[in-house]
Amino acid sequence: MERVPISKIGTTLFVSIQIDLQDESVMRLQEDLADVLVATGARGVIIDITAMEVVDSFTGRMLAMIGSISRLFDAETVLVGMRPAVAITLTELGLSLRGLRTALNAEKGLELLNGRA
Amino acid sequence: MDVNSSQGRMAAYMRDHQDKVVGRWTELVLAGLRGRTSAPEVRHELDDLYSLVLRAMSGADEQALGELRAALAELSRSRARNGFSPSETALGVFALKDAVYELVADAAELVPEYLAFSRMMDDLGLLTFETYAAAREQIIADQAASMLELSTPVIRLWEGIIAVPLVGTLDSARTQLVMEKLLETLVATGADHAVLDITGVPTVDTEVAQHLLKTVSAARLLGAECIVSGIRPQVAQTIVSLGIEFGDIATKATLADALAHALSRTGQRVEKADPA
Repeated sequence: MERVPISKIGTTLFVSIQIDLQDESVMRLQEDLADVLVATGARGVIIDITAMEVVDSFTGRMLAMIGSISRLFDAETVLVGMRPAVAITLTELGLSLRGLRTALNAEKGLELLNGRA
Repeated sequence: MDVNSSQGRMAAYMRDHQDKVVGRWTELVLAGLRGRTSAPEVRHELDDLYSLVLRAMSGADEQALGELRAALAELSRSRARNGFSPSETALGVFALKDAVYELVADAAELVPEYLAFSRMMDDLGLLTFETYAAAREQIIADQAASMLELSTPVIRLWEGIIAVPLVGTLDSARTQLVMEKLLETLVATGADHAVLDITGVPTVDTEVAQHLLKTVSAARLLGAECIVSGIRPQVAQTIVSLGIEFGDIATKATLADALAHALSRTGQRVEKADPA
């Protein structure tokens, strides 16, 4: 099983997903991220899915769940870099990822987090 | 009776009177087309067709019939494209029957041959009609495709603000196209505000609203905020009486209001220049 690396930049955690996620990897990411959030006390999480060509309903729900978990640690999650085709698919699936903030790219996501801080 | 030899006799007879028949044929066709094509042009077309008809009837070479059908099909297609009516197109073939009939009226012994010739002309007439209909269908399909293309421009209003003026009915196919173009433009321009202007959408029912909401939530996934503008009074009444909820999506009466809203959201302001 491949693991997704989590890097800390200032008070923000940066998660760049470079692989097509298996269900197990997403769940593992959820656990890892919760651990790192507790350990570092980070205030924001940026999840970059630029490289993801496929986001299925399970992954979508898991990503939304990551957002809810982060909020429990007082950290805001921003999902960045979604491809148009992925956005259309998720909409057709009826997943609008409410509760998860979104931005066009990592730069804008960071601006969003800093604007709130 | 041997059809081939009778056809051959007819062909020979018609060849002898070619000038007279084609002349009369041209007259009849010209009368039907009411001056939309010049006489020499029609004469030239019909001369070619006539020789093909003769070749096909004499049965000398087998390709002649195929060539004749191809020539007629081409003629019908060009008539369809130039806006002639179906009867004007079919007239081109049926007028030859009349022209030949006037010729045969004096020669009683050729009546059976004329009947066979008439059958052949009827078949060709049907062919022109079929080709005409196919050509028109093609034109309609092309126009529908180009309308779909035309009707979905995405406009850059301001730095970071784009607009999609929707014109016409919003069905699933249109929504899909609008959504794709909108999302592509969002990525290409890095805009974070999009205005969906529905001034040109005649009616908003639950289905159209559903499509709008879908587009908005897809744009949100890319981090862009959408504003729906151009809601006319009647449309507003329909929306409320149908119980459609736009939720937390900003709605404005005009595109100008939407632009002002987007500008203020991005912390920008437009004001009059100081009179110098």
